[in-house]
Amino acid sequence: MELTVLYYLIPSLIMFGCGVYGFITRKNLIAILISLELMLNSVDINFVVFNRFLFPGQMEGMFFTLFAIAIAAAETALAIAIIINIFRVVKNVDVENLTKMKY
Amino acid sequence: MDYSQFMIMHHELGLLVVFLLVFLFDTFFSKNLQSKLSVTACVLFGIYTLACFFLPLKSGEAFSGMYATSPIVMSIKNILNVGMFIVLLQSVKWNNSAAQIVRRGEFIELMLLTLFGMFLMVSARHFLVFIIGLETASLPLAALVAFDKKEYESHEAAVKYIFTAVFSSAIYMLGLSFVYAMSGSLYFGDIATRVVGAEGSFLLYVALAFVIAGIGFKISMVPFHLWTADVYQGAPTSVTSYLSVVSKGAGAFAALIILTQVFGSVYSQVWEWMLFILIVLTITVGNLFAIRQNNLKRFLAFSSISQAGYIMLGVVADASVGAAALSYYVLVYIFSNLAAFGVIQAVENATGKVEISDYNGLYKTNPKLSFTMMLAMFSLGGIPPFAGFFSKFFIFSAALEQGSVAMYVLVFIALLNTIVSLYYYLLVVKAMFITPNDNPIERIKSHWSERAGMVVCVAGIILVGLVSVIYTFLNHAADASQMF
Repeated sequence: MELTVLYYLIPSLIMFGCGVYGFITRKNLIAILISLELMLNSVDINFVVFNRFLFPGQMEGMFFTLFAIAIAAAETALAIAIIINIFRVVKNVDVENLTKMKY
Repeated sequence: MDYSQFMIMHHELGLLVVFLLVFLFDTFFSKNLQSKLSVTACVLFGIYTLACFFLPLKSGEAFSGMYATSPIVMSIKNILNVGMFIVLLQSVKWNNSAAQIVRRGEFIELMLLTLFGMFLMVSARHFLVFIIGLETASLPLAALVAFDKKEYESHEAAVKYIFTAVFSSAIYMLGLSFVYAMSGSLYFGDIATRVVGAEGSFLLYVALAFVIAGIGFKISMVPFHLWTADVYQGAPTSVTSYLSVVSKGAGAFAALIILTQVFGSVYSQVWEWMLFILIVLTITVGNLFAIRQNNLKRFLAFSSISQAGYIMLGVVADASVGAAALSYYVLVYIFSNLAAFGVIQAVENATGKVEISDYNGLYKTNPKLSFTMMLAMFSLGGIPPFAGFFSKFFIFSAALEQGSVAMYVLVFIALLNTIVSLYYYLLVVKAMFITPNDNPIERIKSHWSERAGMVVCVAGIILVGLVSVIYTFLNHAADASQMF
């Protein structure tokens, strides 16, 4: 069996969909952060696969992925720091407590 | 490697120098001198801003075309510098307050870093550089939103901001991956030449929708605006004013560059109607929600949403006159909005009040503050002879330059919305001047820095519209830039 682009793209798009679904439905801030990571990682897979199968002569997609991973790590660190601050104030990390400002 | 190409990045290098000087001051100078840090940063940044005005306007590229500059790009950077300078000036008092003292340096350093990211965004001609600039601009901003460690609202705002920012950049990068699949390159120029044939392709529609959604989050266009009001309300007022003018201006200009330079060839088929719908929604929803707000910061958040719609009219114009009108609009918007935020900050620092009803009868006790606020509201609403009128006029005529029926309809809807916006801007003026109040806010002695910031803003509101050289200059700069 030969592995074509689709074998990589479909899982990556499913990953992205799961990320969006989790971002919308999850109540725990950490779970939301994990969903965001799923989305970012599926984008990385997309770039690598497109580079490998469609444009094998160059490395642009791979380099983009490297930078995207670093950026995702920075985002996670910052988000975790903010979540820790939230935890100190309200003693849990549930989004249903973060409803003071509305409309 | 040819190191001389760094010399083309005047603005970025100058900003880095200011950043390093502030950082060294913050790290190595004695405790007594630390109290001068905010003022020193203001002076350094002011010198840098002034120096940038004397740079020769020219085009050029560096790093094999990944970074490019042109007269209009340099002009928008100067405009953003002015906004940043006023924000720094207005934040001096707050930054010297007791709670802020241990992290005074970080505040200024993070601010300067976000500005650096915005410069990269505006100058990028390669999507990797653009993404790095975008994240450099939005990540420190999330930290800044969370800066009021004692206020619960600040944390709630920060968590909302960081999650929507990451979500939007994930969507944006997914769109980019499709663009990469179509063209095999991340250079703006290469993509532009390779997507020309893909007019009917479904992939192009999806990619552009994602890219526009990602940018729409950054400049808070409806329906991607849900974070805006909460973040503006919860963040420290200095950060709010920064978010509402500098961040928005840079995002709108970056959107202009991407949409015209990369996707300019598929304008009428794909993104003209996308932006059409978004602009109509943005202006209308922003206006309607602004009417029912009582908190002034939330009120200005919704007003800034609708202003984002007006700014995007310059993008949909798809012509060099659109770029000039957009830069001019951002300049005027910086002065008007920062004047309003200057008053809010002065009142908030002295009394902690931010509701519109608190401002009832403000004229009796604080005539100068009320006058500044009134000018800001008139300018935001677009009443002549203040600058806001001229910026709206130029951006409408730029959109009409396109000549299509759709643009006439769009400008007509925007005009109708201007009338709605006058209603709620004048509500604030009415509260200050007409509504009777037995115990209005007591007389406020505002800090010299706040006064200086407001004087600069008022001068801008009155002069930028009347001094026609500014618009002519921007127009020439846009013409000389070969963006289209």
